Amino acid sequence: MFGWEFPPHISGGLGTACYGLTKALMKADVDILFVAPKLFGDENPGNIRLINASDVSVDVRDEVYKTHQDKISFMEIDSTLLPYASEEEYYNLVEQLESGISLEQVNLHTQKFQFAGGYGKNLMEEVRRYAIVASAIARDNDFDVIHAHDWLTYLAGIEAKRISGKPLVVHMHATEFDRSGENINEVVFNIEREGMEAADVVVAVSHMTRNTVINRHGISPEKVITVHNGVEPPADQSKVQIKKHLDEKIVTFLGRITYQKGPEYFIEAAHKILQKDSNVRFVMAGSGDLLSRMIRRVAQLNMGTHFHFTGFLKGDDVDRMFGLSDVYVMPSVSEPFGISPLEAMRSSVPVIISRQSGVSEILKHALKIDYWDVDAMADAIYALLHYPSLAKMFRIYGKTEVENIKWDQAGIKVKSIYKQLASV
Amino acid sequence: MKSICLYFQVHQPYRLSTYRFFDIGSKDNYFDDYANRYIMQQVAEKSYLPANEVILSLIKRFGSDFKVSYSISGMALEQFEKYAPKVIKSFQKLAETGSVEFLAETYAHSLASLNNKQEFKEQVKMQVNKVKELFGQKPVTFRNTELVYSNDIGDMVYDLGFRTMLTEGAKHVLGWKSPNLLYCSASNPKLKLLLKNFQLSDDIAFRFSERNWSEWPLTAEKFVDWLGKINERDEVVNLFMDYETFGEHQWAETGIFDFLKAFPEHAIKTAGFKFKTPSELAGELQPVSQLNVPYPISWADEERDLTAWLGNEMQDEAFGKLYELTTKIKRLKDDDLIRKWRYLQTSDHFYYMCTKWFSDGDVHKYFNPYSSPYDAFINYMNVLSDLYIRVEKATESNKITRKKSKAAVK
Repeated sequence: MFGWEFPPHISGGLGTACYGLTKALMKADVDILFVAPKLFGDENPGNIRLINASDVSVDVRDEVYKTHQDKISFMEIDSTLLPYASEEEYYNLVEQLESGISLEQVNLHTQKFQFAGGYGKNLMEEVRRYAIVASAIARDNDFDVIHAHDWLTYLAGIEAKRISGKPLVVHMHATEFDRSGENINEVVFNIEREGMEAADVVVAVSHMTRNTVINRHGISPEKVITVHNGVEPPADQSKVQIKKHLDEKIVTFLGRITYQKGPEYFIEAAHKILQKDSNVRFVMAGSGDLLSRMIRRVAQLNMGTHFHFTGFLKGDDVDRMFGLSDVYVMPSVSEPFGISPLEAMRSSVPVIISRQSGVSEILKHALKIDYWDVDAMADAIYALLHYPSLAKMFRIYGKTEVENIKWDQAGIKVKSIYKQLASV
Repeated sequence: MKSICLYFQVHQPYRLSTYRFFDIGSKDNYFDDYANRYIMQQVAEKSYLPANEVILSLIKRFGSDFKVSYSISGMALEQFEKYAPKVIKSFQKLAETGSVEFLAETYAHSLASLNNKQEFKEQVKMQVNKVKELFGQKPVTFRNTELVYSNDIGDMVYDLGFRTMLTEGAKHVLGWKSPNLLYCSASNPKLKLLLKNFQLSDDIAFRFSERNWSEWPLTAEKFVDWLGKINERDEVVNLFMDYETFGEHQWAETGIFDFLKAFPEHAIKTAGFKFKTPSELAGELQPVSQLNVPYPISWADEERDLTAWLGNEMQDEAFGKLYELTTKIKRLKDDDLIRKWRYLQTSDHFYYMCTKWFSDGDVHKYFNPYSSPYDAFINYMNVLSDLYIRVEKATESNKITRKKSKAAVK
């Protein structure tokens, strides 16, 4: 299994998803070797066998090395390429750019790469080097199936398949179209396509994603299988009861403030509500490249006293924010899956989600709207705030529903894919 | 001689238009005139008109051996008049044959029997008058919305002057008893009850075109064969169903109209059945025993209870809020407000809010114009909120005019 990050050093949905799936597969008696570019030593893998790519020696005389190293040398790094940058990283970007990749430790014919991990400036370089390391790992280990998560690891997956001849599963957690809209990064897109073409099976996290890879990447439908994500049970059940200090109801947007997440639609919906009902406050939690534009829009609409920005929230602050919220809105323009509404539901917060999200394919107890339909969004918010039985229904059934969306189901489905591939 | 009692329900709700919260207090048309017209015209062409034609030909052919009964809600009658007057004419033609009994129900196809006796009575009277006006016949048999029945409802119906009522042959009420006999109410033995044979009724209404049903295709011969197998002492098979079964729920292509033409012939000629109306049967047959129904039953879903319309938090809030208006809105004597309030009482609105179909019941999905029960509830509550505002405003302005006129008298 090739991943890009491993808890606790994760910055987004990818790490969480890989971890959840891996644990579920282990539970289903699948033996897993999990490779990550960089381990920090404080991971708690349980029974998962972890390989730190930074510890693997590579023979520099190898063909693989040459091919990829050559490509690295002429690959221009696109500075706007931040495929999974979290809010935190967005602001720490400058620092990251400074740090970059560590020096290679050259030792005659063999060498080790020190991966920086994360999603810094030398991402492309790291992706290539990860492939080099993968070929070494594939040569030295015994396994039946290769599973690579998102484009970052696809070259590694392809290399591993080439060396070992074992079947390859690539897992689409997000596509380049989800991340960038129509202004896609061609290099990333090409790696995605290359990975999926080389794969024996493509796993998509939603039907929506499945359709994207079939229609946009031109992947043959027969080999694309949808496996919806699960959600981890909350780490700490005894979360403190949060006291609300405000009488007004609170409606929350929580996520990166980027094109993909549709923050502007949330603002327009808020504006509609506030014209009718001033007893509501709206919160936009997170940061991202659209933040300042959003702040300006709120000011322009003259609703600053009822619309608040919190900046990036982490850890307990996220739970506290959910605790304060009466409604959670995820107006994403394109969301391959979308785990955050599930987290809100787990905290008994009613959710409104866009139909353009993978999670809307599996949720029943959520209000679903088209992200662009500001009227419907406003209407849904208003209803949740004013018709008590509606919120009550969500609190009761939503919580139960989300508790039943487990990784185990995904694990069983992926295991059956493995079985089929291994038996061919 | 054994009988068959055919009763068809004819109903179309006034569907709501998309009504947003910012429409509250401004937009006063709650109903989707376009959709209502379109659907009514479609169903008229596909179902009501061709089905009436078949029934008329059967009556002509078999004379007094073939009779049917209809219950047509006030909501349907109004919309026929507005959007498909041809259908009224064709029902009038049927009425003229003397072989058709029209039943009474609540005008708004409402669940008022579960909430407000006075409103229930008013709606029944409205319905009776409407039927009299259109078909020259005063209904003497009652069927409640969705066949909802309980001892208490039976008492109210008796008080209104009816001596016969139709309801569901619910298993949990009948136990080992047969639905194919005449019963009477336990709380008022003078009220006679005809019970739907849901097995045979649903074979036509729901299963007719189901290809993975082991009995598919259902032929008239086969069906009459089943009719013939009822218990020796059974007296009447009550086949109760939506009239839209013919041509709408089951498309013409499934052969449903051919079935409708053929099975009465087989039933009469080869099995010796007679088709009778509810009031005829109530006059001829003796009730075999009392039926005790302390909790309301209905003809919906496996449970045969009220949970398709009431019971989840949203349905209960909406239903409660709707009838909370009763006293205030009646005091206003504003015909337009009361009319709208009654349209909102139609049971369909609560059916759309049912969450049971999350787990089962494709039937619910089929009849639901909303993509989720939540959407149905939100839209309904927005409309109801507007009605509240209008009732409040009208009440206020009434007070002011009253004060003014008092002052003028002084």
